[in-house]
Amino acid sequence: MSNEQNMKLATLSYRAVFSLVLKRDLTIAMRHKDDIINPLLFFVIVITLFPLGIGPEAQTLSRIAPGIIWVAALLATLLSLDRLFKSDHDDGSLEQMLLSPQPVFILVLAKIVAHWLITGLPLILIAPLLAVLLHLNEQSYGALMLTLLLGTPVLSLLGAIGVALTVGIKKGGVLLSLLVLPLYIPVLIFATSAIDTAALGLPYSGQLAIIAALFFGSLTLAPFAVAAALKVSTS
Amino acid sequence: MIPLSVSILTAVDNTTIKSTTTNKRPVDQLLLSAHNLTCIREERLLFDRLSIKINAGDIVQVEGPNGSGKTSLLRILAGLSQPFEGEVFFNNQLIHHAHEEFHQSLLYLGHLPGVKGEMSATENLSFNLALHGLTHNAVDIEKILTQVNLTGFEDSLASHLSAGQHRRISLARLYQSTAKIWILDEPFTAIDKQGVHALEQLFKAHIEQGGCVIFTSHQDLLTVAPEQIKTITLDYLDE
Amino acid sequence: MWKWLHPYANPEVSYHFTGKILPWLSAIAAILLLIGIVWALAFAPPDYQQGDSFRIFYVHVPAASLSMGIYLGMAIAAFTSLVWQFKLADATAAAMAPVGAVFTAIALITGAAWGKPMWGTWWIWDARLTSELILLFLYLGVIALHNAFEDKNLAGKAAGILTLVGSINLPIIKYSVEWWNTLHQGATLSKLGKPSMSLEMLWPFILCFLGFALLAGVVICIRFRSEILNRNSIRPWVRTLVLAQTPLPTNKSTENN
Repeated sequence: MSNEQNMKLATLSYRAVFSLVLKRDLTIAMRHKDDIINPLLFFVIVITLFPLGIGPEAQTLSRIAPGIIWVAALLATLLSLDRLFKSDHDDGSLEQMLLSPQPVFILVLAKIVAHWLITGLPLILIAPLLAVLLHLNEQSYGALMLTLLLGTPVLSLLGAIGVALTVGIKKGGVLLSLLVLPLYIPVLIFATSAIDTAALGLPYSGQLAIIAALFFGSLTLAPFAVAAALKVSTS
Repeated sequence: MIPLSVSILTAVDNTTIKSTTTNKRPVDQLLLSAHNLTCIREERLLFDRLSIKINAGDIVQVEGPNGSGKTSLLRILAGLSQPFEGEVFFNNQLIHHAHEEFHQSLLYLGHLPGVKGEMSATENLSFNLALHGLTHNAVDIEKILTQVNLTGFEDSLASHLSAGQHRRISLARLYQSTAKIWILDEPFTAIDKQGVHALEQLFKAHIEQGGCVIFTSHQDLLTVAPEQIKTITLDYLDE
Repeated sequence: MWKWLHPYANPEVSYHFTGKILPWLSAIAAILLLIGIVWALAFAPPDYQQGDSFRIFYVHVPAASLSMGIYLGMAIAAFTSLVWQFKLADATAAAMAPVGAVFTAIALITGAAWGKPMWGTWWIWDARLTSELILLFLYLGVIALHNAFEDKNLAGKAAGILTLVGSINLPIIKYSVEWWNTLHQGATLSKLGKPSMSLEMLWPFILCFLGFALLAGVVICIRFRSEILNRNSIRPWVRTLVLAQTPLPTNKSTENN
């Protein structure tokens, strides 16, 4: 039996580990496009339901458009969170990741970034189109895009904590929304307020700064919480 | 009511005595040790104050009926689960204090193969090796996949492969492992006779190089002499 | 530094210790509450603006402060448990969550009841009430997560992580809700919870507050003891305890028949 050790154990840099996992998750997502398209469809359908339920008056719609778009974005993100760790947990690859010599928070961060690229980014790209349907005030488009750009990563980061906690539970879906939605409230408040302020033609940099602070705060803290939660969930 | 009886096992004390010394093997070197492990699952005591010492060159088979805690024990030794009480040491350090060193020396394969259906056999293996810090090239991957009889399936998506082939993709890591400690949960399930034989040869080669193997299995090893194997018997606590 | 705590880290010792202080705690809580409530409801002067409806504050304010205080306590317990692997802290946090949730619910209901005569409506999106509502969601999330795990040790750890995440988020949520409230409604309505008090009002208030706090302590203590028993059901001392305190199972079954 030839068992000569021709491979070397190498210590990977953080960046190498990050791109390794990111590439893997993106590859899987590209071969499983439903996961990208379905939350997006959900986002579109929920938003079309509102004018049907409330009435087509442009004035009413444009008044509530920021809230609708953002609440729909929260729900669409929530729906897509499951794929973040669920399949990896169910087929055992999550265990292998936790047992690898790589720091868990880097692995986790890579997976969250992949999740955002797969679900958050398409949401941002399609949002202006839906804003047209809701007669969003013309001055608000910039604010809408900026808040989504800064806010949706926060949704992915905070959501990851919830998924990590519930991934080992058989019927964790409803529980997940109970855990995660209250944490989304600050993002919702400041994002919609920024869009409203922009509609009045006033500066909204204050709200943006707060969302940015939320983004950096969750970016630094969430991966550690997720790592701790995954250790609990896989045991 | 839960039965109150305390101690259950074990062949552990015997096994340390039983451990055979073959002249090929390097001097006894402690790789992994567990101290006073107690495990409770669903209000049932699976094992109580279990202490284990595993040296380089040991093959340890964990035995016991279903539900006796074999998997729990392996997961605790790998650091995936926490025992109710007790500690696991690697190099005289608690395993969760030595994250990187311990994980570099550990190869754990659980019930689940950890194979992604959306990726090909090559991609799966390549990712697994890279994740565990093993540099490799396409030739290496091809060679290993040939060794586990997956020639011709290298580029098919794993979702098109059978359970046995998934298992072989995950076992493929054993062929190029630099890890000293192998913890394998039911490695022989879903593989054929030839595969079992190859695996046993791998075990032998591994311990000769100063590694150790801890595994669970319902069947006995065929080509490894029984006296070379330590056993840990976990007894089911009956009412 | 933690040495003095060590004997209490033993579940058996802390079970018996809490058993000893529990009757005293309960008695003091009962006396304080009795005096405080009677004084507050019957003898304290009515508010010159709000009349007798002001008296609901004697329940509302302690409940609201305790709902926040208990969450803080849970966060501290969760922190000690995660950092120092201090298992009893898990049991403490698990014991606190439902008690905190109930106080939050009481604060919400009494707040709404106060709003009816004051604002003419049961619910108003007042900043304090809204934060209480969200706090209730956080509590319910922790409780639901705790219940979802079958293994109570894992449940404690998972709930602990969620509690810590929640405790970091709570001030942000509170701040954002207050900010949102002033933006949309102006500050006129957020007077709830900060009445200026005269001394005759203050004394019964202090008694009520201490009484409710001790009541929370008593309930948490009782729940803590049962958590200990639950988690250590495999231990001999629990078994002897249970066998000594319950009639033999055979007797029980004949009684039931």
